[in-house]
Amino acid sequence: METVEQLKSRIEATAPASVVTILANDSPSGQRSLLLSPALALDVARFLRDDPQLKLDYASNVTGIDWPETLTKEKVKVKKLVDGVEKDVEETVEKRVGGYLEVVYHLYSMALKHGPVILRMRTENRSDKVHLPSFTSIWRGCELQEREIFDLYGVVFDGHPDLRRILMWDGFLDHPMRRDYVEPDDYEYEPTPHGAVLDKAKRHHNPEVKP
Amino acid sequence: MDEGLRSELSKQGIFTTSLQDLYNWGRKNSVWPLQFGLACCAIEMIATTMARYDLARFGAEVFRPSPRQADLMIVAGTVTKKMAPQVVRLFNQMPEPKYVIAMGACAISGGPFKQGYNVLKGIDRYIPVDVHIPGCPPRPEALIHAFMTLQQKIQDQNLTSAKRPRHLDADEPGEFDVPKFGEHDLEPPLNAGVWQPKTVTRTA
Repeated sequence: METVEQLKSRIEATAPASVVTILANDSPSGQRSLLLSPALALDVARFLRDDPQLKLDYASNVTGIDWPETLTKEKVKVKKLVDGVEKDVEETVEKRVGGYLEVVYHLYSMALKHGPVILRMRTENRSDKVHLPSFTSIWRGCELQEREIFDLYGVVFDGHPDLRRILMWDGFLDHPMRRDYVEPDDYEYEPTPHGAVLDKAKRHHNPEVKP
Repeated sequence: MDEGLRSELSKQGIFTTSLQDLYNWGRKNSVWPLQFGLACCAIEMIATTMARYDLARFGAEVFRPSPRQADLMIVAGTVTKKMAPQVVRLFNQMPEPKYVIAMGACAISGGPFKQGYNVLKGIDRYIPVDVHIPGCPPRPEALIHAFMTLQQKIQDQNLTSAKRPRHLDADEPGEFDVPKFGEHDLEPPLNAGVWQPKTVTRTA
């Protein structure tokens, strides 16, 4: 099995550059993934499936991730002129991280018995620009899982043959797996509450109490 | 009827009873459950009907595949909010007299999925439940015990007084409101005529 760097260079030989970015992974597994730009992602996916050395013919898993926009503060040392003398000054810089939805595909090869290759795609934001290309035309098994991500995260897959809600009912407006989802308040009767349920029950009976 | 006289007569081989007792005795021994299950509790329900536990001993061996022919609904498993209107609709389609056993933690309260956004916190929010069985899942013995409790309840029904059961009272509802799919939750979230949240008072 090729490394992600080899994969990236092979993909870039067939497609224009800046299609693929390698994403680092700090966890113990160190399993790095390929971030695709949505515009050309279908060509890359078709290449990964059809290439004789890869033959990634099986998408075992499709997952969604919600990355809400968060502000992180970092201290950066900056050289500045203070009273005519150059000095190192610490400045806090606010960084905006996230603010998009991500879809993860795990690919394996049944023919060559290797894998996984992990693909990721990101939407532009979390509200209106949430379109990504559907891989159902390449891996048929993505159909239901993409529907599930559409249902629970609100990613709209262009080119999907039958994009409907799958777990929640039609007419349901929310996307329950998003971080900012507010669940319906039906905690009016809790015989033995504790933990998060206790907090919700308290909020139901006294909405002014903040958790 | 005098108990002493009844006892004397039975010694002479004469059996006396009231119409009410005879009617209830007949009904309690031929309760036909509706054949439907929602989750893992249904596996225990199926085991209860099989040879080892043999629910047929209590006259409930005929699981009817149509609600029109069933007397008892065993809500066996997690009731999701998407499934809840269908469960209520099935119950509405059953002819009176009809009974409900809520089987397992999910059916009585939402159970381990109670904090989920998509699980109904107890089917008794929409339909009247006669017997609740806790357990995850309850053993077949527990279902048999619930069934015997229901039989006792049927035997004790008073057919003429003000406390007569629902099917003999024209003012009592035989059908219950089917909740609608709302934009964020089921609407209404509970049927106030069937279930109202208890007020829990706590100290400290």
